[in-house]
Amino acid sequence: MTTQKKAISLSVNGISYEASIEPRMTLADLLRGELVLTGTHVGCEHGVCGACTVLLDGRAVRACLMLAVQADGASLTTVEGLETDGELHPIQQAFIEEHGLQCGFCTPGFLLTVHELLENSPDPSDDEVRDALGGQICRCTGYQAILRSVRLAATRLRDAQAAASSQGS
Amino acid sequence: MKPARFEYAAPDSLAEAISLLEQHADDDVKILAGGQSLVPLLNMRMARPEFLIDLNRIAELQYIREEAGWLAIGAMTRKRAVEESELVRQRQPALLAATQLVGHPQIRNRGTVGGSMAHADPAAEYPALALLLGVELRVAGPGGERRIPAADFFHGYLATALEPTDVLTEVRIPVLDPGTGWSFLEVARRHGDFAMGGAGATVRLDASGKLSEVRIALFGVGAAALRLHDVERELVGEQPGEALFQDAGARASQGLEDPLSDVHASAEYRRNLARVLTVRVLEEAVGRAGGAGGREEGSR
Ligand SMILES: Cc1cc2nc3c(=O)[nH]c(=O)nc-3n(C[C@H](O)[C@H](O)[C@H](O)COP(=O)(O)OP(=O)(O)OC[C@H]3O[C@@H](n4cnc5c(N)ncnc54)[C@H](O)[C@@H]3O)c2cc1C
Ligand code: FES
Ligand code: FES
Repeated sequence: MTTQKKAISLSVNGISYEASIEPRMTLADLLRGELVLTGTHVGCEHGVCGACTVLLDGRAVRACLMLAVQADGASLTTVEGLETDGELHPIQQAFIEEHGLQCGFCTPGFLLTVHELLENSPDPSDDEVRDALGGQICRCTGYQAILRSVRLAATRLRDAQAAASSQGS
Repeated sequence: MKPARFEYAAPDSLAEAISLLEQHADDDVKILAGGQSLVPLLNMRMARPEFLIDLNRIAELQYIREEAGWLAIGAMTRKRAVEESELVRQRQPALLAATQLVGHPQIRNRGTVGGSMAHADPAAEYPALALLLGVELRVAGPGGERRIPAADFFHGYLATALEPTDVLTEVRIPVLDPGTGWSFLEVARRHGDFAMGGAGATVRLDASGKLSEVRIALFGVGAAALRLHDVERELVGEQPGEALFQDAGARASQGLEDPLSDVHASAEYRRNLARVLTVRVLEEAVGRAGGAGGREEGSR
């Protein structure tokens, strides 16, 4: 049986891409194999570990549980899209300062999950953070350091927001 | 590539989806909703459909509306939309509570209301909620539309009344009557994991504070979610209280046929969970209905 390839176009980190792919290709494989954005990691490939988490129109989703064809017309953010002009995103900076990563395998998924969380809830309680991160597995850092990283990132982002709005008025 | 080859179509309308299903009735055709259960099966090649019909582009299957005592929810509505719906928060708090127990936020961002009903996982919250609240499922197929009460929809382990050419279109959930107390709880290793066991209850009290209506449902403890009709009957007409709840818990546990045993928990553990959770949901539901022997939220 031959399957027809499908032409798709999508935006990843603000850049437009076109691809012709088999419908059975997962979004994670498209990102890594075709677009060579290898910051999106794959661990379990059945939704459990969270390493492949990316933002789909601002929402954290598992790239291993989406077909690439389903991303036709979508706007994605991967870990490569977090920095601006070579400067790390405040969430990335906070993970470095609070030792929120060791080997870094799980980190892209954590960063994007935290991104969605802080966008919706700029000052989350520890319980809220634990709940949001419950679907992300880290095998080496230890979750306490990750929790501290999220707290620091939240404070920095709130401060930056406050500074920006006082400047604006 | 992980999944085996398949043909793929993503229709924009329900009518188009139904006609595709009819055309491919002789192929091994499968519907793709949120993909949070089906894509793992494809990746592991435990499912190898020939044709996949993706419902994600059908906007007319995504809505939450109130209609004369019911919440009508389009099958392709994401669980995250349910969680964020003001209507759900006000009209059916048990649905909100159950939704927040389904997987993690990243799973709820994609997973749909219809998908959880159609998949009928024994540890899933939604089928148990459907039995508890008396949900109605609307199905469109080659023969037209059918309305199926939850009690007739679920047929056991991963099995439902859906035919391969059927589309589940709408899930209709009764709004909570004022005066009805409810509870929906589970035990899992981490919040977001599949439950090792879970339970829900709704109760109503008469003027003298006796139980006039009781419903209890369990999930995660057997091959499918179940209502505890026998236990419920024994409770009606009784004055609620700790001894009565303990009794109900014991009966719920003894009545379990063939509790599940797997790497997550043994059969004995699940039998005990059935007891403990039955007691807890009765306490909490009676508490919310303002009755004696009940427990307020968060007092545990
Ligand atoms: C890490 C992880 C944790 C999870 N934890 C939980 C949990 O705690 N509780 C829980 O309940 N679930 C859990 N899930 C499963 C998740 O909730 C799924 O979203 C859900 O079971 C299926 O919904 P879906 O929309 O993703 O459907 P899909 O995966 O797309 O489909 C599932 C099945 O239903 C059929 N189907 C779907 N929609 C329709 C329709 N409209 N008409 C006819 N057939 C249809 C499909 O053909 C398929 O057979 C978890 C999943 C993951 C990956
Ligand atoms: S690789 Fe996607 S969740 Fe593990
Ligand atoms: S940093 Fe190594 S797995 Fe998380």
